[in-house]
Amino acid sequence: MERFTVKAIQNMLSEKQISATELFDLYRSRIADYDQSLNAFITSDIQPNAAYMTDDQDQESPIDFALTGIPYAAKDIFCTQGIKTTCGSKMLENFIPPYDATVVRRLKTQGAVLLGKTNMDEFAMGSSSETSYFGSVHNPWDIERTPGGSSGGSAAAVAAGLTPIALGTDTGGSIRQPAAFTGITGLKPTYGRCSRYGMVAFASSLDQAGILALSAEDTAIFLESMAGFDPLDSTSVEESVPQYSQYLEENIKGKIIGLPKEFFDGSLGSAYEALIAESIDSYKKLGIVFKEISLPNIGYSVPTYYVVAPAECSSNLARYDGVRFGYRSQNIEDLDEFYRTNRQIGFGQEVKRRIITGTYVLSTGYYDAYYLKAQKVRQLINQDFARAFESVDIILGPTTQTAAFKLGEKIDDPVSMYMNDMYTISANLAGLPAISHPIGFVENLPYGLQLIAPHFKELDLLSLTHQYQKVTDWHQAVPRLLQSSEGND
Amino acid sequence: MHWETVIGLEIHVQLACDSKIFSSASTAYGKEQNTQASLIDLGYPGVLPVLNKEVVMMAIKFGLAVDAEIADLSIFARKNYFYPDLPKGYQISQYELPIVSGGQLFITLDNGTEKRIGITRAHLEEDAGKSIHDKFPGTSAIDLNRAGTPLLEIVSEPELSSAKEATLYMQKIHQLVRYLKISDGNMQEGSFRCDANVSLKPKDNTELGTRAEIKNINSFRFIENAINYEVERQKEILEQGGSVVQETRLYDSDAGETRSMRTKEEANDYRYFPDPDLLPVKIDKEIIETIAASLPELFNQKVDRYIKTLSIKPVDATAIAKNIELAEYFEDALNTYNGNPQLLANWLITEVMAILNKDKIEIASLSISAKSVSQLIQRIDDGTISSTIAKNIFSQLIESEMSVDELIKDQGLEQISDTNEIEQVIRIVLNENQEQQDQYLAGKEQVLGFLIGKVMQKTQGKANPKLVNDLMVEILSNH
Repeated sequence: MERFTVKAIQNMLSEKQISATELFDLYRSRIADYDQSLNAFITSDIQPNAAYMTDDQDQESPIDFALTGIPYAAKDIFCTQGIKTTCGSKMLENFIPPYDATVVRRLKTQGAVLLGKTNMDEFAMGSSSETSYFGSVHNPWDIERTPGGSSGGSAAAVAAGLTPIALGTDTGGSIRQPAAFTGITGLKPTYGRCSRYGMVAFASSLDQAGILALSAEDTAIFLESMAGFDPLDSTSVEESVPQYSQYLEENIKGKIIGLPKEFFDGSLGSAYEALIAESIDSYKKLGIVFKEISLPNIGYSVPTYYVVAPAECSSNLARYDGVRFGYRSQNIEDLDEFYRTNRQIGFGQEVKRRIITGTYVLSTGYYDAYYLKAQKVRQLINQDFARAFESVDIILGPTTQTAAFKLGEKIDDPVSMYMNDMYTISANLAGLPAISHPIGFVENLPYGLQLIAPHFKELDLLSLTHQYQKVTDWHQAVPRLLQSSEGND
Repeated sequence: MHWETVIGLEIHVQLACDSKIFSSASTAYGKEQNTQASLIDLGYPGVLPVLNKEVVMMAIKFGLAVDAEIADLSIFARKNYFYPDLPKGYQISQYELPIVSGGQLFITLDNGTEKRIGITRAHLEEDAGKSIHDKFPGTSAIDLNRAGTPLLEIVSEPELSSAKEATLYMQKIHQLVRYLKISDGNMQEGSFRCDANVSLKPKDNTELGTRAEIKNINSFRFIENAINYEVERQKEILEQGGSVVQETRLYDSDAGETRSMRTKEEANDYRYFPDPDLLPVKIDKEIIETIAASLPELFNQKVDRYIKTLSIKPVDATAIAKNIELAEYFEDALNTYNGNPQLLANWLITEVMAILNKDKIEIASLSISAKSVSQLIQRIDDGTISSTIAKNIFSQLIESEMSVDELIKDQGLEQISDTNEIEQVIRIVLNENQEQQDQYLAGKEQVLGFLIGKVMQKTQGKANPKLVNDLMVEILSNH
């Protein structure tokens, strides 16, 4: 089964090799055929937006926006008007938003066609897509393994060719880690680059919408339609949006990449280290200069994150009380009992664990020791990056410690699950843009590296990755699971 | 033992904005339930608050008017607790770094002295919705129209020492926010309400006693009654050797008593933290200067000006300036009036106030325009009508669509100042009242009033009373 990039589809549509309706139907049938083994989608019976379906190939399309007819999938955390948005939770099992998230609306305005809503860790809390109320997502490279999380459904769907591209969200690595585990490209933009309006909130100061795609080029094409200030989100930033896809070939020679010694302290397996060394060589051949740097406080990222994120989540998820929407138990007279039962049944284990943690760290007597301390450490981590970016353009590190682990392997060990995000979390704490792209295989499983840039320097991440992808083909490797069933397509 | 009462007030003022503090939904009062709540007010998944900048300007106005400090950086915080009429499970308020801090206000005590009351802080926050417990048997209903309505919470220092002082302070704040036009101050609609922290301590003790907080009082009368009741209640406990429990109490105005709502042990831990959805509010010095320059004339300045430049009696100046709408009505009338302002003031304080009191209405609902009042007084001044006729016309103005001059003309109410005409009537009256005329001529001057009254009666009050008097005396003396 061939995976088409957005770029390829744009050409196919303009050359009239395929109509938008045929394309939509093609992906719809792929989902029907293959998603049983992946469980990447929660909802995939969406009526296509007729305005952008150009059936009559002889007729000039009356609507010719940047993304007209391009199918995409959205993580089920983005509110979609009239389309169920579950956030992977029983709490929102039947929730149908009356409005579109800003990024969804912007893509719609540009003509993109929503294929389906993808599976995810419940309320984006998890690193394996196993905490979903709708069952685990499977990695197309090995269905015994996780595609990562929380945007695991989006990653699996893109990697398997069930959608050309997908939206995800990244609070601590939820786009980059699944991208690395499934051999695709995943971008978390700068905090404030894309509007959070209509994205169900997990940790407001860390959440950011982003893209999972087959290439940096596709990522650029989507980002330029999604990004930009939104008056409905006070934390989105009024900063002009470059036409990223037009500048991917810009000269990267002489750019300096920093290698933080804290990321390369010998804790990485030798096979993974070898892949990173190889990718560094490729970058050197492109004229990139490398330099060792230090981010002294980076080791505190995970504990800092697991104070800040649960604190915000405990407050953000207070609205799910069963009064106005969401799961509501019947025949309960007492108000406290009503709340308790709704939340006990409506939320899964991991969500409850984080709500309790967050409630604890914000409580009187603990606030200073935990929440306030964490905010101070966050400040220090920010300063580490600011100092580093005085002498380098980009920072490079692993995206993950290993390739995809087995489903069930870590789900009962929260701390080991949390450590999954040790390389990705710092970019969220500092609000920096970061990308993960594939750099090879270890025991037939894809592995990725991460590039981190200063605020609003997404273009550097995209042009570097694009030029790397022009001289390598890791991003074009297709999961074997699907190769073996190729005859079906 | 002699006990000292210590009171601090937290006053919630609904700000007079058309839209809510974090959404574009309307704040209009009294609409059908749940029709004025947007997705943001309902706390839907994914929505975000956006600050209505107008409320910041209003808070700054208030801060400047009470000599407070305006924070150059102020932050919104989440106050977390569960309640069905609190849609998000938290209220967006301010905790650390409120927009206004360290102000003061002076109240005038009965003995005429001024007392300074410190204002600890004033912060912006959103209101919650309303729970309705008495409409549907066995179940509660929620109306979220009020959710997200902008409030300014004004916190006083515990420097009020009696129910009377608390009432004076509350009235002063009420007057101020209305002067500043930042609130309509409508207490029936809940636009102005108050929590009172009350405690007692032995005289000369520096340490404060345990306090009780009386919640949600929305009338000046209630606050005085509630505090008086609470002081007596606490005094009784203390004098019997007991101790006051720190708790929240409700005032039941029907029973005239306060009742326990929840104790400290049942109180929420609000887990305040900075709201990550909202950026810190930065306020430039220039904005503060611009607002400071555009502050309206306040009560004291107005009273001063009335006395000094308009030569109005101090007691009348205060009576008019007390209510900003009355003062504005007065100044409106003054704009088209060329006479002595005191005459206008007299009319306002007697006639206008009488109608307001009788019909129990605010000046804004009075159907007589300020211009009509000034015309009316002008007609008294120029002798067109007598003040008796003026009163008659004034009461007609409420219903009539005619102007003062039209009414005078239409009903032929012009004052009779024609000497011949008045002389004629006097002669008729004298003829008809021979007995009284004789009494007068015999030296009983008191009957003069009776005779003049008869003349006025015959002219339906239109005769110029001064002329009648003069002519009557003249005619009688020529007898």
